[in-house]
Amino acid sequence: MSGKPRLTYLNGRGRMEPIRWLLAAAGVEFEEVYLETKEQYDKLIKDGFLLFEQVPLVEIDGMKMVQTRAILSYIAGKYNLYGKDLKERALIDMYVEGIADLMQMILMFPFSPPDAKEKNLDSIKERATNRYFPVFEKVLKQHGQDFLVGNKFSWADVQLMEAILAVEEKIPAVLSGFPKLQVFKTKMSNMPTIKKFLQPGSPRKPPPDAHYVETVLKVFKK
Amino acid sequence: MSGNPKLHYINGRGRMEPIRWLLAAAGVEFEESYLEKKEDLTKLQKNGSLLFQQVPMVEIDGMKLVQTRAIANYIAIKYNLYGKDLKERALIDMYVEGMFDLNELLMGYGYQPADKKDQHFTNMMDKTKNRYFPAFEKVLKDHGKDFLVGNQLSRADVQLLEIILMAEEFKPDILAKFPLLQSFKARISNIPTIKKFLQPGSQRKPPVREEEVPKVMKIFY
Repeated sequence: MSGKPRLTYLNGRGRMEPIRWLLAAAGVEFEEVYLETKEQYDKLIKDGFLLFEQVPLVEIDGMKMVQTRAILSYIAGKYNLYGKDLKERALIDMYVEGIADLMQMILMFPFSPPDAKEKNLDSIKERATNRYFPVFEKVLKQHGQDFLVGNKFSWADVQLMEAILAVEEKIPAVLSGFPKLQVFKTKMSNMPTIKKFLQPGSPRKPPPDAHYVETVLKVFKK
Repeated sequence: MSGNPKLHYINGRGRMEPIRWLLAAAGVEFEESYLEKKEDLTKLQKNGSLLFQQVPMVEIDGMKLVQTRAIANYIAIKYNLYGKDLKERALIDMYVEGMFDLNELLMGYGYQPADKKDQHFTNMMDKTKNRYFPAFEKVLKDHGKDFLVGNQLSRADVQLLEIILMAEEFKPDILAKFPLLQSFKARISNIPTIKKFLQPGSQRKPPVREEEVPKVMKIFY
């Protein structure tokens, strides 16, 4: 046993990607096990590994952790990415929860029926440009600091960076009305651990394609 | 200004109910401001009170907190309902996230369109009986204490009781195969702050009635 966290999920972004981002940003090396068949998944359940019969699963510090937010909170707490006090934590929690709502739309997008895809893409664009990005643009403008909370790198910055890149993949000019977010994106890209994660060959997963969608449906079929 | 937290939401359970439970369990008095029509929501959005234009919103300690989990996390830590260290917090978080997922199903039933209700009900009861309640029965069995985590009341216990009572509203004998959940329910219901919250006249909200649904939809859509 290596002592590194071990991630079990499909070989794709899905609900595990924010966890990969956070571990990478914290400079933590990890291993991955990929689910490719229904049988592998059923075996995990039968062997009692999955508290609620679901992945993501992260084996870390002797625990078999499930539930994306529980895992992210633990990592953030452990690696000092969760603010310095209760009030900073509250801000970080609000920001990551808002971003998670936006990311949920992106997560579900590949599974939309073909005739709903255009509408869903418009919804993502609308929410990003009218609800979520303006909030973070304003936060950065008001305090004038490099990071979202407490003048220190936190989970909120990692999550926002991930969201910006994910939305840009779908809507390349989405940051055109957000100068502070553009600066933020550049700064984050240059942080050593994030820079490394953004390079080819890192554990970062590519955008979901038809093969990924097919694997999801196959592995989780009832 | 009274200093008590002030909750902004509809006069109903929805996504605010777990927060009411937590505050009540912690013995914290709170005020409520109810959205009755769309204009009430629009007004809050326009005056910058809602970070992401959404409720729940809770005014507490000089902040206007939004996002159910952010609010619940803040209250849980402040009132010592979040375990004693990072590992206890991890267990609490795992359990509570499962409960949030089940709460979505239970709370969402009343808002389903007529042609989707049956399927939703079946799925909801299946997950309750076959996924979530067995998981928590096993936690109680393996842990062997009065509470789900550690040796003291945490938000996980409060939230589990809430979920149990909601499930029982749909199927009164749902705990038949779960003896430890039965004794857990009795035990946690007797904690003074929780016992008080379970009495008539408290701020606990009833399940949404079918007639109320159109009014709620008008506020949010």
